[in-house]
Amino acid sequence: MTELQAEQGAVVPRIESQSQRSRYRDVLIALAAFAVLAILPMLTGSKALLDFVIRCSAFGLFATSLNLLVGFTGLVSFGHGMFFGLGAYGFGLIMQRSGLPVPVAFVATLVITTLIAAVIGAICVRLKEIYFAFVTLAFQMLIHSTILSWVSLTGGDQGLRGGIPRPAFFGVDLSNHVHLYITSCALLVIGLLLMRQIAQSPFGYTLRMIRDNATRASFIGIDVWRAKLTIFVLAALFASTGGIIMALFVSGAYPEFAYWTISGEGIFINMLGGVTTFLGPMVGTVLLLILNDTVTRLTEYYGIVLGIVILFFAIGLRKGLMDFVVEWYARRREGSGE
Amino acid sequence: MDLDALTGCLASSACLVTQTTSGFIIGMLLFLVAVGLTLIFGVLKVVNFSHGAFYMFGAYFAMTAYQFTGSFALAMLSGAAGTALLGLIFERVFMSRVYGSDVLMQLLVCYAFVLIFDDVVRMIWGPEFKSMGMPAAFQVAPLFIAGGVVPPYYLLLIGVALVAAVVLGLGLGRTRIGKVIRAAAHNPGMVSALGINTGLIYGGVFALGGMLAGLAGALAAPVRSLTPGMGFSVLIESFIVTVIGGMGSILGALIGAILIGMIRSFGSLGFPLFTEGLMYLFMVIVLVSRPTGLFGKEVA
Repeated sequence: MTELQAEQGAVVPRIESQSQRSRYRDVLIALAAFAVLAILPMLTGSKALLDFVIRCSAFGLFATSLNLLVGFTGLVSFGHGMFFGLGAYGFGLIMQRSGLPVPVAFVATLVITTLIAAVIGAICVRLKEIYFAFVTLAFQMLIHSTILSWVSLTGGDQGLRGGIPRPAFFGVDLSNHVHLYITSCALLVIGLLLMRQIAQSPFGYTLRMIRDNATRASFIGIDVWRAKLTIFVLAALFASTGGIIMALFVSGAYPEFAYWTISGEGIFINMLGGVTTFLGPMVGTVLLLILNDTVTRLTEYYGIVLGIVILFFAIGLRKGLMDFVVEWYARRREGSGE
Repeated sequence: MDLDALTGCLASSACLVTQTTSGFIIGMLLFLVAVGLTLIFGVLKVVNFSHGAFYMFGAYFAMTAYQFTGSFALAMLSGAAGTALLGLIFERVFMSRVYGSDVLMQLLVCYAFVLIFDDVVRMIWGPEFKSMGMPAAFQVAPLFIAGGVVPPYYLLLIGVALVAAVVLGLGLGRTRIGKVIRAAAHNPGMVSALGINTGLIYGGVFALGGMLAGLAGALAAPVRSLTPGMGFSVLIESFIVTVIGGMGSILGALIGAILIGMIRSFGSLGFPLFTEGLMYLFMVIVLVSRPTGLFGKEVA
C-alpha cells in the first residue's frame, strides 16, 4: 500500500461521518426553523406578516433553485422564471379544469415541469456562458408568448382568472389563510432542505467542479452534459414549486409570472444575498421584498432608489450581503489568530 | 393564426412592397441599436444591458431639440451627440469600475441604470406618451412603388442606417483607428503595452455605441410614440439580432436585423398574437444549429 492510498483510506470515512453529522444538523435546523415559522400566526395577528412570509416562500424557493444553477454550477440562466410561471399555470389549469385533489395536482404539475425542463434543458446546456443565458431567455419568452397567444387555454394577457379551487385534503384547507401559510412554510423548509442535500452531496461537488473547470471534469470521466441537465431539471422542479405557492397565494396565474423580469429579479436576489453561501438567496429574497414594500410606499420613483441600492452592491461591496459577511468574518478571525 | 392574410399579402405586390418596407424600417432601426451593442461586446466584452436606454434618450433629446429649434437636422444631431456624451460618462464613471469582475456584476450595474434612467426620463419628461411629430419637410405625398405605399421619411431612415453600416464597416476595416480598436478587442494588454490608452478606446467605443443607439432613437422619434421604458423592447430585440448574427459581427448585426424586421413585419400578418414568439423561435433554431450565431466566430 502506497502512502497515498493509506492516506485516502484514512480520510474517506472521516468525510462520510462528517457529512452524516452535517445532515442531522441540517434536519434539526430545518425543524427548528419550521417550528418558529409555525408558531408565528399564534404570536401575531398580522395578516400582512403572514402574507410576507408566503411571498418569501414562493420567491425564496425560486431564487435558491436558481442559485443551484448560477452559484453552484456556473450556469447563468436568464430564463429560470419560465418554470416559476409553468408551475403557477400548470397547477392553476389542472385545478380549474380537472377538480383533482391538491396533492395530485401538485405532483402532476411537477411531472409536467420535469418533462418540459428536460426537453428545454437538453437543448440549452449544450451552449456555454452568454449563449446559454440567451437561449434560456429565448425559451422563457417563447413560453411567455405562448401564454399570451393561447387565449382559449390561458386567458391570454388577462391571466387565469376566476380563482383556483382549493378543496380540502387530509384536513388541510388551503382557502384558510393560516393553513395556506403553514403549507407554504412547510414547502419552503422541505424544499430548502432537499436543495441543501443536493448541494452537499457528491453530485453537488461534481457541479462545483464543472463550474470551476468543465474540461477537467470531463477528463476524469464525468458526463458534464448529463450532470448539467440533471441540475437544470431539479432546479426547475423547485422553481415550479415556488410558482405553485404563488398561484395558491393570489388564486390565479398571470403572464407576468412567466415574463423574463421574474428571471431578472431572481438573478438580482442572488446578487443581493450572495451566491457562494447556500442561504444567500434566501437573505436576498427577504431583502428585496422588504425593499419593494417600503420603497413603493415611500416614493413613486422606485427605480432610482432600487438602482442606487444595486449600485451599492455591485460597485461598493462587489458581492452579495451573505458573501460579504462570511468573508468579513473569516478575515476577522484570521486577524485575531495572528 | 391567420395564414390566409399572409398568403393573400404574398400574392399582392402592393402589400408585399408595403410589408417589406416596414420590415426594413424595423430592421434598420434595430441594426443601429444592435451594431452598437455588438461593438461594445466585441471590444469591451461587456453585455450592455442598458443599451436600450440610450435609444430612449436619443428619442427624447431629439424631441426636445426639435421643439426648441424646429430644425430636424439639429434634432438628429442632439440625439446622437447627447447619447454619445452620456455613453462616455457612463462608461468612464461606472462601467470601468467593474471590468475584470464577475459578468453578473457588470450586468447588475447595467440593470441598475435601466431602472434609474427610466425614472429619470419619467421625472424630466413625465410618464405619459409623447410624440415629436413629422417634420414639415417630410410631410409630402408618399411614393407608390408597385402599388405599395412608401413614405419618403422611410427612405431617409433606411438610407441613414445603410450609410452608417458602410462607414462603420470601412472605418473598422480600413482606417488606423479601426485597426487599433480591433487590436484592442483582440489583445488589450498588448495594445496598452504599445503605449495606446485603452481606457480612451473603451470610452470611445462605448460613446460610439451610445451614439448609434441615440441616432436610432432620434430617427424613430417622428414615427414612434415616446414613453419611459420604450428602450426595453428595442433592447430585447437588438439582443436577439446580435445573438442571431453572432456577437461582435457587424455584418451579422445587419443580416440579423433585416431578418428580424421581416419576421416582425410579415409575422404580424400571419400570426398577430405570436409575432414575438416567432422571433424567439427563430433565435432558438439559430442558436441550436449554430451556437455562436450566423456570423459568429467559434470560440475555442
